Amino acid sequence: MVLDDPKSAPATREDAPWQHDKKKEDLKHIGKPIRKVDARSKVAGLTRFADDLRLPRMLHMKLLRSTMAHAEIVSIDTSKAAALPGVKGILTGKDMPTPFGILPVSQDEHALCPDKVRFVGDPVVAIAATEEETAWDACRLVDVQYRELQTVGSVHEAAGTNDPRLHDYGVRGNIHRLENLEFGDLADGFNRAEHIREDTFWFEGNTHLPMEQHATLAHFDRDGKLTVWSSTQTPHYLHRALARVLAPLPAHKIRVIAVQNGGGFGGKSDPFNHEICAAKMSMLTGRPVKIALTREEVFWCHRGRHPVLMRSKIGVTKTGRITALDFHSFLDGGAYGSYGTASTFYTGALQTVTYAVENYHFRGARFFTNKAPCGPKRGHGTPQPRFALEVQLDKIACDLGLDPAQMRLDNLAPRDSLTANFLRIGSMGLGACIEKVVEGSGWKERRGKREVTKDGRIRGLGLACSSYLSGAGLPIYWNGLPHSGVQLQLDRSGLVTAFCGSTDIGQGSDSILGWIIGEVLGIDPLGIKVVTADTDLTPVDLGSYSSRVTVMTGNAAMQAAERARDLLAKGVAKKLEVPASRLVFADERVFDAEDPQKGMSFQDAVICTEAQFGTIGTVGSYTPPKSAAKFRGGGVGPSPSYSYSAAVVEVEVDPETGIYRVPKVWMAHDIGRALNAAVAMGQIEGSIYMGLGEAMMEEMAYRDRSHKGKRVFVHKIPSLLEYKSPSACEMPECVTYVIEDPDKNGPFGAKEVGQGPLLPMMPAVANAIFDAVGVRVDENPVSFEKVFAALQAQKAGKEARFGPANDDTGVPVVDFGEPLQIKTPWQGGDGTAHNDPHRTKKAAK
Amino acid sequence: MLRLPTFSYHRPKSAALAVQLKQQHGREAMFVAGGTDLYPNMKRRQQTPTQVISLQDVPELHQLEVLPDGRLQIGAMVTLSTLEHYPTLKLHYPGLQHAIREISTPLLRNMGTLGGNLLLDTRCTYYDQTHEWRESIDFCMKSKAESICWVAPGSPRCWAVQSSDSVPVVCAMEAEVELAGADGTRTLTADALYNDDGIQYLTKKPEELLTRITLPASGGWKASYLKLRRRDTYDFPVLGVGACLWFDGDGVVTKANIRLGGAGSYAIPATQSEQLLVGSKLTDELIAAAGTAAMKPARTMDNTDLDVYWRKKVAPVFVARAIAACK
Amino acid sequence: MTQPNKVLATFQVNGEPHEVAFLPHKTLLEVLREEMDLTGTKHGCELGECGTCTVQIDGTPVLSCLVLAVDAVGKDVQTVEGLAQGAELNPLQHCMADLGAAQCGYCTPGVLMAADALLRDNPKPTRDEIKEALAGNLCRCTGYIKIFEAVELAAARMRGEDAQPSKESIYGS
Ligand SMILES: Cc1cc2nc3c(=O)[nH]c(=O)nc-3n(C[C@H](O)[C@H](O)[C@H](O)COP(=O)(O)OP(=O)(O)OC[C@H]3O[C@@H](n4cnc5c(N)ncnc54)[C@H](O)[C@@H]3O)c2cc1C
Ligand code: SF4
Ligand code: FES
Ligand code: FES
Repeated sequence: MVLDDPKSAPATREDAPWQHDKKKEDLKHIGKPIRKVDARSKVAGLTRFADDLRLPRMLHMKLLRSTMAHAEIVSIDTSKAAALPGVKGILTGKDMPTPFGILPVSQDEHALCPDKVRFVGDPVVAIAATEEETAWDACRLVDVQYRELQTVGSVHEAAGTNDPRLHDYGVRGNIHRLENLEFGDLADGFNRAEHIREDTFWFEGNTHLPMEQHATLAHFDRDGKLTVWSSTQTPHYLHRALARVLAPLPAHKIRVIAVQNGGGFGGKSDPFNHEICAAKMSMLTGRPVKIALTREEVFWCHRGRHPVLMRSKIGVTKTGRITALDFHSFLDGGAYGSYGTASTFYTGALQTVTYAVENYHFRGARFFTNKAPCGPKRGHGTPQPRFALEVQLDKIACDLGLDPAQMRLDNLAPRDSLTANFLRIGSMGLGACIEKVVEGSGWKERRGKREVTKDGRIRGLGLACSSYLSGAGLPIYWNGLPHSGVQLQLDRSGLVTAFCGSTDIGQGSDSILGWIIGEVLGIDPLGIKVVTADTDLTPVDLGSYSSRVTVMTGNAAMQAAERARDLLAKGVAKKLEVPASRLVFADERVFDAEDPQKGMSFQDAVICTEAQFGTIGTVGSYTPPKSAAKFRGGGVGPSPSYSYSAAVVEVEVDPETGIYRVPKVWMAHDIGRALNAAVAMGQIEGSIYMGLGEAMMEEMAYRDRSHKGKRVFVHKIPSLLEYKSPSACEMPECVTYVIEDPDKNGPFGAKEVGQGPLLPMMPAVANAIFDAVGVRVDENPVSFEKVFAALQAQKAGKEARFGPANDDTGVPVVDFGEPLQIKTPWQGGDGTAHNDPHRTKKAAK
Repeated sequence: MLRLPTFSYHRPKSAALAVQLKQQHGREAMFVAGGTDLYPNMKRRQQTPTQVISLQDVPELHQLEVLPDGRLQIGAMVTLSTLEHYPTLKLHYPGLQHAIREISTPLLRNMGTLGGNLLLDTRCTYYDQTHEWRESIDFCMKSKAESICWVAPGSPRCWAVQSSDSVPVVCAMEAEVELAGADGTRTLTADALYNDDGIQYLTKKPEELLTRITLPASGGWKASYLKLRRRDTYDFPVLGVGACLWFDGDGVVTKANIRLGGAGSYAIPATQSEQLLVGSKLTDELIAAAGTAAMKPARTMDNTDLDVYWRKKVAPVFVARAIAACK
Repeated sequence: MTQPNKVLATFQVNGEPHEVAFLPHKTLLEVLREEMDLTGTKHGCELGECGTCTVQIDGTPVLSCLVLAVDAVGKDVQTVEGLAQGAELNPLQHCMADLGAAQCGYCTPGVLMAADALLRDNPKPTRDEIKEALAGNLCRCTGYIKIFEAVELAAARMRGEDAQPSKESIYGS
C-alpha cells in the first residue's frame, strides 16, 4: 500500500481548518438524520456482544472473590477444587505478580490479589472448567484463610486512619492524592467581594450500570498469539496492560478486539482483572477461555462516580460576578487508584469555563477506602463540583435578589479566552442555551409561583448549567504520539474502508467515521466500511472516554479523507484535463464545478487514480492543541473545545412526604455542530435520563454493621432491582434545543454531546425543589427522604436544609501543604507556577 | 450468568398428585407457580429444592369464576395479567385490581400468579442477595439457623418483610383462601394464612396447596390500596396500605380493616385506626386522625429500600390517603 | 443426589423446529443462547430485573431467564431473530433504526419483543400505554424517548398512515 507522504502534513494542525465555517446548507450528509452504520444489525438482534461469542473447546472461567473488606491472605488451598471433574485450570495471585493500572502513577492492581484484599469483591482465585456451573462449584471448594484488617469506610475514616494503610504508596496514610492550586490572589478577590457564602455539599457515589455485563473471551492459539475479545471502551489501554502483566509475551503477539459494548458510560475504560485472567488462563490451558460477569460482579468492577464531599467559599459582587472561589473536594476513591488522579483534578478543573472566575483556589484530596474502586463515569469528576457550584449560585441569586438565569447570563465566561486556570475556551454557546430554556419553560412567568397541582403537589422550576470537555488534552500515559489515527483504503470496487482504533459503545462513533468520510468524498456514508477497535488491524485511538472520539477521531478521519480526495483529484484532473482545484466530490461522482457533465463516477475516479499512482491508501491523525496550562496538574482540564448545556427542570413536590416527580425538562446543549441530528438528540436525551437517575435515586450505598467485633462492610444493593435506575415510567417529557456554535477545533465545528447534558440535571433538580417548597438539599441524590427531612426542619423553624454539617466539622481535617501559585492570564501569568519546588529543583540541575 | 441449581422437575396433573409428591419428598421439594419469586431465589441459592413441582398442569387451579352468590373465585394459578385485565375485577374490585397492576412489571405479571403472590417469600436486603454476597456477612438467620439477624442482632427472630402487594388488600377485604392437604381441603380467612415471623411466615402445612382465593361479593364496602416505592414499576412495596371499609346507607362506617404491608413480617392490622373510623362518617379530620393512629403499629426495619425512619413517618399519610380513597 | 437426565425435545422457535437435549433445570434463555445459538436474546441480570431477555411465548412477552426451557416445549416461541420477514426488517425495527432508538443495542431485542406484542394488541397506543408496556425493560442509553417515538411511528405506519417523525424529535425544538 502506498501511503500519502506522512511528512507532508503535521499530525497536529493547530490552525487547521476543520471546515468549521462551512455553511449548513452546503453539507450533504453532516447534520442529517442518517441511520447509524450498525443500526440494522442492532434491531435485527444480530450484533454480537462479547458473551455472544463462542469458540470450539472453549472453557468457562469464574473468579472467587474476597468476602472480606480488608484482610491479608494467609493461605489459599485449591486442592479440592482442582479435584472436581471438569476443572481445567486454576490461577492465583502468584501466577501474575506484575501490578497494573490505567495510570502510570497508580499501578496498584493485580489480576488476582497476591497477599491482601481491599474490598468485598476483590478477586483472589480464577478457575476454568468445561461448564460455567462447574467453575462456580469449584470456587466454593477453595479454602481461603484471611487475617482481618481494620476497615476504612469513608473519607472521614481514611483521613483519621494512618494505619493500616490500604496501599504503601500515596501521599501518607490513606491519602492517595493531594492537590493544591491557587490561581490569582484569593485574599484580594474576597476583599473585593460584596457577598460571601460558604457551603458544604455531599455527592454520593453512583455507578454506570451498563445493561451488558462485562465479558471477555481470550484465545492463545497454537502460533503463540493471544487474541482477546472484550467489552472494553479502551482496547489500546487493555493491550498495554496485557503486555505488561503477561510479559515476556510481546505486545505485537497480543491482539485486542473491542467487541460492541452494550453500554459503557466509563465503566469499561479500565483494564480489568477478569480480562487479564482470561488471557492468562488461555495461555495456561491452551484453550479458549470465556468469562461473563454476573451483575453483582459488574458492581465490583465499578469505577463509577466518586463520592465527594465539598466545601465551597465563594465571593461575588452585587451582580453575582465571582471575584473569588475557594473550593475543597474530598474524594472517596475506593480500593484502587484507577483514574483517580485525573478524577481529583477534574473536581477542580471546569468550575471556570462557564462563568468568569477572577481568582480561584482549588484543593483536592483523594482517599483510599475499602470499597469497589471509583473512576470515570460520564462527566468524570465534574458533576460533583458542578452540583455544588450550581446550587451555590442559586443560593447567591436568592441572597442577592437576582434572577438565577439572568445572573448567569450576566457573568458568562467569554468566548475565545483563557480562564483563571489557563483553559482555552473557544466557541461558547452557553448564553444561547440559557435563553432557550428560559424562554421554553416560561421561567420568568412560572418561577416562584408555587402552583398547586390537582393532587396537592407543589410545582417548582430549577435551572442549572454546565460544560464538558471534547476530549482530554493529554493521553493517559505520557507520549508524544497522536491521540487518534485513521487509515483509509480505497478499492477498485469504489469501496472505501476506514480503519480506526476507536470503539463504539453505543454512542455511534463507528458512524461518525462514515459520515465525515462520506461528506468529504461525496459518497454514501452507509456504503463505507468501518473496521474499528482491533489492535492488530487499526491504528491506535485512545478509546471511548472523556467525549473525545467525535472530535479526535473525526479530525483524524477528516485528514485522511482530505488526503484521499486530494490524491483522487490529482488523478482525475489529469484524466479529465481540468485543474484539480475545480473538481467537486458529490453524489458518488467527481466532476468539474464549471461543467458538471464532465466527470466520472467515484469508482472510476479510484480506478484512474490507482492506475496512475498505484494502490490507494491514506492516513490521518490527530493530536489536540498544546495546552496553555504549564503548571503541574495543568494536564487535566485542557481540551480542544468545551460543550455547554443549560437545563430547566420542573418538579412537583408532595409537601407531606417529600416525594416528588419530574414531569418535564427543557435542555439546551451547545454541540458546536451536530454531525447527525437524530443521534445527537439521542445522546442528549440519554444524558437527561442518566442525570435524572443520579439526581433522584442512584447511589452506591454500603452496608456497615458490626457484631461482636466483626465489621461487615459491603455494597448494600449490587443488583438491578435494588440499585435504582429510572424506568420508562420515570422519564419526563423533554424539550431539547440543539445549539450550534461551531468550534474551530472540531470536525465541521463539532463539540461533544455524550456527557455534558447530564451535568446540569442534578443541581437543577435541587434548585427546583427549593423553588417549589423552599428547602435546600445540599446532597446528591436529592432523594425523597432528604426533601422530607428538610421540610421537617423547615416546619420546626430550623434551617430548611438537608446536607452535611455546614461548618469546618463537615469535612475532614487535612493538611494540604503550600499551594502552587499561578498568576492568572489577567495578572500577566504565563501558565507556570512561580513557586513549584519540583520545577525550581529541575532548573537548578 | 446466574443459573439455577440442578433439580428434578415434576408437572402433576391434579392437586392431589401435587400434594402427594410434596409429601413424598418433604423439605427437598417446593411448589412452583409462575416461578418469578422461586427461580430468582434459587439462582441466588436462597432456596435449593432438588424437586420442583410445577402446578401449571393442575386444571382446577386455573379457574376464574363468579359464584352464584356474587363472590369471585380465583384459582391460584391465574396470572396477574389475566386478573389485571379481567373486567369483573376492574368493575367490582378496583382496589385489588389496582394492587395487582402495581406488582413488578408487565412482563413479570404475564408470568406471576395470584397464588404465588399471596405466598411470596418475605424479603430483606440482607437476604435477597447472591450466595457470594451472603457469604461476606456470614449469612443470617433466615439462611442459616445458627446465624444472627443482621437487622436486629439481639433478636431471636427474623424480621424479613411481607412484600406482596395483594396481601394487605386481600386481608383487609376478608377474602378466603382454600388449601388442599393430604386430608382434603380447608378454608380460612386470608388473615389466618400469615404468621408474624420472617421465616415461618405462613401458617399452612408445607404440603398444603393453595387452590383458590374467594373474594366477597361486592356491595356495601369499598377497598383501596396505596403503595410506597421508589419507582412506578419493578419495585416491591416498602409500605403498602390495604384498606377496606363497610358503610351503612348513610355513609357511616360500620366496619374497617386496615392492613400495613411492607412494614413488618405480615400485613399488620392498624387496629386503633380501624376503631377510630367505626361509627362515624368519613371527614377530613377523622381520616387524618386515623392516619396518625397508624404510626404505632408500623414496624419498619432497616432492611428494605428507602430510609427506615422516613417510611415510618410517612405511614400515617399513606394510611389517611388509602382511607380517603375508600370514600 | 443423582443428576437428572437430559430431556430431548423439539422447540418451535420463530416458526422453525429445533431439536435439543438439555437438563431440566435449564432456562429458556440458556437453551436459546447456548444450545440453539440464538444469541439475539440478551441477559442483564438473570433475575427478572431488566427485561433484556424478553421473548414471546404464544404471543405473550415473558422473561426467558425465568421460564424453564421444558415449559416452552410445544409452544410458539418468538425471539428477536424472528421479527424480520426474510431480509426485510419489520416496521418497528425500521423505525427504531431510523430514529436511533438502539444506541448500544443491548436492551433492543427485549424492547422489540415487548413493543411488538403491544402493537399486536393495540394498534394505536398512547404514550402512557407505551410506557406501561415497556415498564419492564430497562434501557440505560436512550432515555426511552426515541424508543417511544419509534413505537408511535411504527404504529402509525402499520395502520397504513404515511407518518414521518416530527421535526422536533430529530432536530430539537
Ligand atoms: C424484579 C421483580 C420485581 C417484583 N416486584 C414485585 C412487586 O412489586 N410486588 C409483589 O407483590 N411482588 C413482586 N415480585 C414477586 C413476584 O413476581 C410476585 O409476587 C408473583 O406474584 C409471584 O408469583 P409466582 O406465581 O411467580 O410465584 P412462584 O415463584 O411460583 O411462587 C412463590 C412461592 O409460593 C409458592 N407457591 C406458589 N404457588 C403455590 C400454591 N398454589 N400452593 C402452595 N405454594 C405455592 C412457591 O413454592 C414459592 O415459594 C417481583 C419479582 C421480581 C423478580
Ligand atoms: S430480618 Fe434478619 S434474619 Fe431475617 S432475613 Fe433479614 S437479616 Fe436475615
Ligand atoms: S435477564 Fe434480566 S430480566 Fe431476564
Ligand atoms: S440502547 Fe443501550 S441499553 Fe438501551
